This record gives sequence, structure tokens and C-alpha cells, in this order.
Amino acid sequence: MNRIDKTFKKSKKILSIYFSAGYPRIGDTMPILKRLQESGVDMIEIGMPFSDPLADGPVIQKSSNIALKNGMTSMNLFKQLERAREEIKIPLIIMGYFNPIMRFGVEKFCEKCNQVGIDGLIIPDLPLEIYQKSYQSIFKKNGLYKIFLITPQTSGERINLIDSASNGFIYMVSSSSVTGTRERFEDEQINYFKRIKKMRLKNPTLVGFGVSNSETFKLACENSNGAIIGSAFIKFLEQNDLNKINYFVSKIKGK
Amino acid sequence: MNYNIDQKGYYGDFGGAYIPEMLYPNIFELKQKYLSIINDISFKKEFNQLLEEYVGRPTPLYFAKRLSKKYNTKIYLKREDLCHTGAHKINNTVGQILLAKHLKKKRIIAETGAGQHGVATATVCALMGIKCVVYMGDLDIKRQAPNVARMKMLGAEVKSVQSGSKTLKDATNEAIRDWINNPLNTHYIIGSVVGPHPYPDMVARFQSVISKEIEEQLLEKENRSKPDHIIACVGGGSNAAGAYYHFLNNKTVNLIAVEAAGKGIDSGESAATSALGKDGIIHGSKTLLMQTPDGQITEPYSISAGLDYPGVGPLHSHLFRTGRAEFISITDENAMQAGLELSQLEGIIPAIETSHAFAVFKNRKFETNNIVVVNLSGRGDKDLDTFINFFKLQ
Repeated sequence: MNRIDKTFKKSKKILSIYFSAGYPRIGDTMPILKRLQESGVDMIEIGMPFSDPLADGPVIQKSSNIALKNGMTSMNLFKQLERAREEIKIPLIIMGYFNPIMRFGVEKFCEKCNQVGIDGLIIPDLPLEIYQKSYQSIFKKNGLYKIFLITPQTSGERINLIDSASNGFIYMVSSSSVTGTRERFEDEQINYFKRIKKMRLKNPTLVGFGVSNSETFKLACENSNGAIIGSAFIKFLEQNDLNKINYFVSKIKGK
Repeated sequence: MNYNIDQKGYYGDFGGAYIPEMLYPNIFELKQKYLSIINDISFKKEFNQLLEEYVGRPTPLYFAKRLSKKYNTKIYLKREDLCHTGAHKINNTVGQILLAKHLKKKRIIAETGAGQHGVATATVCALMGIKCVVYMGDLDIKRQAPNVARMKMLGAEVKSVQSGSKTLKDATNEAIRDWINNPLNTHYIIGSVVGPHPYPDMVARFQSVISKEIEEQLLEKENRSKPDHIIACVGGGSNAAGAYYHFLNNKTVNLIAVEAAGKGIDSGESAATSALGKDGIIHGSKTLLMQTPDGQITEPYSISAGLDYPGVGPLHSHLFRTGRAEFISITDENAMQAGLELSQLEGIIPAIETSHAFAVFKNRKFETNNIVVVNLSGRGDKDLDTFINFFKLQ
């Protein structure tokens, strides 16, 4: 069983944290993974930095840029993750844009992911149709889930299509926006969460984009299976030492 | 072989729509509707009327006597520089603003490099009374000041882009992010044959009026509708796509695409995508792309803001891969010299982008009786400072 499925089976309020690999320093990947796991995070998204991250706001643009300047590459990341599974037991997802993966070679990339124990991939600019036509079999062969996004503008028909093609969970983008933090959710967003909840999809959902504090996390959990936090964590890393990660996580979880 | 777009939105290996889910509804709507809208009789009528009465079409096909004599061949200039706003860009923006009206969009966004597309977009937005926001790299704002002033005069908001190399690629990133943030009321007028399907095909169709007129005008002047060669500069490739369009499937017409070599192909400061690029994804399209071995997009360089782009439209990648078009790259220095030469031989000051196309004559021989059409895509008023400083004419 894929670690992602196991995690959703045993836990109700999933907290998944995103960070940019190679940020703030090139060697921080493993220390961040370990500290997040120790702090009780349920799942981790490792961001592969890209020069032109179209779906990201200023915070992740900046961390990606710094990571690239630090010398982060796909090959580097796989080297850093070589022995990760000796210590990290929670699901690991790689989030990256399609161009670096294509350049690496999709098949080779998926094999590497399998070798180091990655459970799923989020590739925002690889849409469902192209994935199904050209890459699905490669992902399956390597035991990788491809996580798809839905947004408030996604039609009911397409949500059902995405649900039937998805494994693991569906990434529910909270609003029409690039990534970034917000203080609270408006009625419009809460109505959207409720609308999706009523659809009784076969896959669990996680809310992402705009989750930043215990309040938004709690609201996300009430209406879905949990949430993904990215920009707020990157901002935290900008100002705090890695050994404070525990503090960040417990504050979100409201403990 | 067919060089037009296929049913799925590809030109051979290139094209498609590699977009985040956030843009899916917008791109899907465009894909479903663009052909029926632009082929509609009332749309065509309005489009053609605006091209004639507002843009000033047809633009002349002018026989360049002194240039022809110098290079010992027959050179015709397709005078897109005489379009309203000074470049071919407005052919596309007129089409897209009418399309945006059909889609009931209330706000327009655009990216711009040299500023010509920004000006052309601001112009049609003023014409239709629609709000306009133009993203422009900070470096380009500095080197194309006259066009920034024109956009402001026309009532557009010019947003300075500080990311990356602060040029066209980065302006396009920001425009796409704006569209993600404003999916319901906004239409994105892309200025070149780049971006996710259906943009490359849609923009090429709006620009195809160029090659349609070349056929008609050449028939009148030379009693033949096909030239031997067509030369056009290529950044994203919209003027080239328009100049090639009706000749794509007629191999007697040699297509010459001119890219910006910058300071030289091997200098590390270049924008010659066909020479330096590998298959990749940029701005939602699979195409040739300048990138590192790790798949990071490389910062391009050219003295001309309009050619300063690390990719190229998927049509052009296909023309390159299949050998249908001949690709030549021209350095800053040679382009500037060619711009000066055209000014002083024919009394026409071309844009620096367009000057690259004219530099071909020093690099390549043509038969005496050949008919060579150069697409004179834009005028050089915006570049006067750069020219004057380069040649120390003050």
C-alpha cells in the first residue's frame, strides 16, 4: 500500500508541509525532513526549484531562486534523498514543474523517485490529458501517484473526471490565485469547500494555497481531510532557525 | 507534410497546452470557441473593417530599388511598419480585442518586450473602452521608454516586472500569474505565436493577413503570387508566422527565419533559440527552449527587446526541426549596421528587431532574378536612442 493511502486511513486532520529543496541552504533538505517528521507533520512536499514557477507567488519564487543559486538540481536532490527512507517514514511528495523533469527524462526521473522512496508527484503544468496519454504507465510502473489540482473554477464534470483518474488525494486549491498566504478564508471559499465535500469524491482532499495559521488550518480540516502549507513555512524559515520548526508546526496544529 | 496545426493543438512534436489547472477553464473556453468566433461572418466583417480603416491595411508591398541594386536581387518590403502604432502587432490585438468582447471579458492583460505589443494592446483597449494592464520587464521599460510613454498616454497601466532577467520572459510569467489570479473577468492578449494552444494558431491566423496581401500584391506587380524567399525576424515569431502563413505548404517558397545571436551564439549572451535550444516547456507550450542541463530556463540576451526571448513559437520549432525554414542568426552589431543601411539607402528607419532580417543580405547570396520579400515588421522610432548611441551620431 502506498504510504499516502496509509496516512489518510489512520489520520483525519492531515498536515502536509511544503518547502523548497535547497533553501535556505543547499544542505538543509534532510535536516528539514527530519525535523518536520519529529514535529508530527503527516506528509511532506519537497519543492524542486524552477527558474520560472508560473503558479507560484513571490514567496516561493524567491525561495526557488535562492535554492537555484545555492546550486540545487534534480540530480542533487536525488543524491540528498538517497538514504532518506532509513529515517523518514511519512509520505514524501515531490512538487516540480515539468520542464526540469522532461530534461532529466520522465522515465529516468520516475525511476529515481521510486529508488529514493518518493510516493507521489505534483506537477502543476502537466495536465491530466497529457499525463494520461503519455506518462501514466511510467508513473504506475514506479509506484508513483500523480496528484491533481482542482480550483473554484473547475467544473463538476471535470472534478469527477479528475477524481476517477486520481490516486492518493486531490489538491484543492483554495482560491483563484497563485501560491501565497492569507489570514482567513472568505465565505466564497468555505462554500466551495462545502460544495466539494458534498460531491463525496472517492479520493480524500487537502486544501492548499492560502493556508497559513491555525485558524485557516482548522477551517480546512472541517471541510476536507486537511491542508498543505507552503509559503507560510518558507517565510518562517526565512527568519527562524531549523530547530524552531517544532514550534511552527505545533502552533498550526493548535497544540 | 502539413505545416498547419493539427486537431490536438500540435505542430509535429511541438505545441500543446501545458497549463496549470487554474487556467484550464479559460484555455478550454478559448479552444472550444476561437474558430467559430473568428470564422463568423460578422466577426470577419468587423475585423476586416478595422484592419482597413483603423490599422491602415493593406500595407504597401514596396520594391526597394537601391537595396535591390546593392545586393543584386529583387527585394520587396512588406511595410508592416506603416500599420497604425508602427508594427504588425496591431493585426493580432484588433482580432483578440474583438474576441474578448465576444467572450464578455471586462479587463485585458498583456506582456510586452519592445513595447510594440503593449502599445498595440493599449490602443485597441482605448478604442473599445476596456481596462488594460501591460506587464513589462524593468530592463525593457528602461530601453524602450517612448513606448512606455505611449501606453500611459493611451490609458494603460504599465506594471514593471522585477523578476528574472527583467525582460519579455518574465513579463509573460507575470501576465500568466495575473490571469491565474483573475480568471473570470480577464482576457490575456498574448502578443506572439507562443503560449498554450490555441494561442499560437489564433495569433498566426490574425497575422496571416500579411501573407495574404503579399500574394495579392505580388500577383499584381510580378504576375506571380509566390516569392522565392520570405525573410522575417523571429523572437516569439508572430510577424514571421504571418508572413509565412499562406506559403507554409508551398515548398517553392523558401522561408528564412532570422534570430538574434546577441553578442554571438557561443558568447553566452544570445537569444538564438534554434541554435541553442532543446525541447522544453515554456509558457504552456512544448517548443525549443534555451535551458541548462538541469532544465532551468536560461536568461537570453539581445540588443533588441522584442527578440530577447529564450523560446520560440511551436510552429517555428516545427519549421526548424523539419527543415522547412532556413534559420539564420544575426549579431547585435550586424543588425545595427543593417538598420543604418536601410535608413540611408531607402529612407526607412526599421526597428532593431526588423534590422536583424535585413542583415541577412550580407550573410547570404540570392539569385539576381529571385524575388525576396522582407517583412518590415516595425519602425525604428522607439529605438532611435539606441541607434544614436551605438553609432555615436550625436
